[in-house]
Amino acid sequence: MQNDRLIIAGREFTSRLFVGTGKYKDFAETKKAIEASGADVVTVAVRRVNITDRSKENLLDYLDPKKYTILPNTAGCYNVEDALRYSRLARAAGVSDLIKLEVLGDERTLFPDTAGLIEAAKILVKEGFIVLPYTNDDPIVAQKLVDIGCPAVMPLAAPIGSGLGIRNPYNLKIIMEMIKVPIIVDAGVGTASDAALAMELGADAVLMNTAIAGAQDPIAMAEAMKYAVQAGRLAYKAGRIPRKLYATASSPIEGML
Amino acid sequence: MVEAIQIQVNGEQRDCRTGATVGDLLRELAIKTERVAVELNLEILDRKDFDHRSLKPGDRVEILSFIGGGAPVDVHGRGRDSIHAE
Repeated sequence: MQNDRLIIAGREFTSRLFVGTGKYKDFAETKKAIEASGADVVTVAVRRVNITDRSKENLLDYLDPKKYTILPNTAGCYNVEDALRYSRLARAAGVSDLIKLEVLGDERTLFPDTAGLIEAAKILVKEGFIVLPYTNDDPIVAQKLVDIGCPAVMPLAAPIGSGLGIRNPYNLKIIMEMIKVPIIVDAGVGTASDAALAMELGADAVLMNTAIAGAQDPIAMAEAMKYAVQAGRLAYKAGRIPRKLYATASSPIEGML
Repeated sequence: MVEAIQIQVNGEQRDCRTGATVGDLLRELAIKTERVAVELNLEILDRKDFDHRSLKPGDRVEILSFIGGGAPVDVHGRGRDSIHAE
């Protein structure tokens, strides 16, 4: 595992687990959970500064941008214009050119609006952004995003925050076989086995937030996810046995009475 | 007595000294300039211009920073702190 680094747009990452920073009780819990997850990449949202109560602490006081790769997202954007605005604001706030691009199509499902996503990705790539698009489990859309210049693609496992796990392993598998850039399975993971399955299918990384932050013990779940992603990756590289309908004896017949 | 002008900051009306710059406003609000983005009437400002851009009556200023996120705020969509909630 030492040499099994993930490389996206020339940046090297040790951990294949990316984590969100939303929905935690407080920043102290956020910090502990992220440490337990072993993640290198953490996602953040861009929002108004609270100007009436300046006593509120800043998330980045807890997450050292030298230690973590901060990946701002465009969560909450339902059209191209808003997604572009938030991406540019994220870059102006001064961490990097990285953006996790979300253009959402519907408030109930939070499914991506893939037409809007492609349009926004084209513009942002031209502006020099490193665009990591949150997309559907549609291999054709994933390929279009790669053609535009996205250095990784982030297909969903299930609706954001649903905890339903991998709803369409076959589509994800096709994406992993077809697409030549890293695939980060994003959204919908519920528990450790979901993360392991994503990695066993051949995902290069898994991104999650709610599965950890919403667990009864987020710090323990963060650690579980760390091992699940490692185990799934190892199993994928080890190459599983084929599925067969009937038994194959593991012990030799020779020498029996 | 310094004359005041009215501007809008993060959606709220606010008095501001005549001739004040964006940098002055941030200092008055005790907001550190690193890791914030400032939009003045929908134009995103370069950090090095904060002290050169003076505020005029009716200006709309948005000051944003990073918060915890990964998934959108919630199923019902836009939080109170979202700039497109107006």
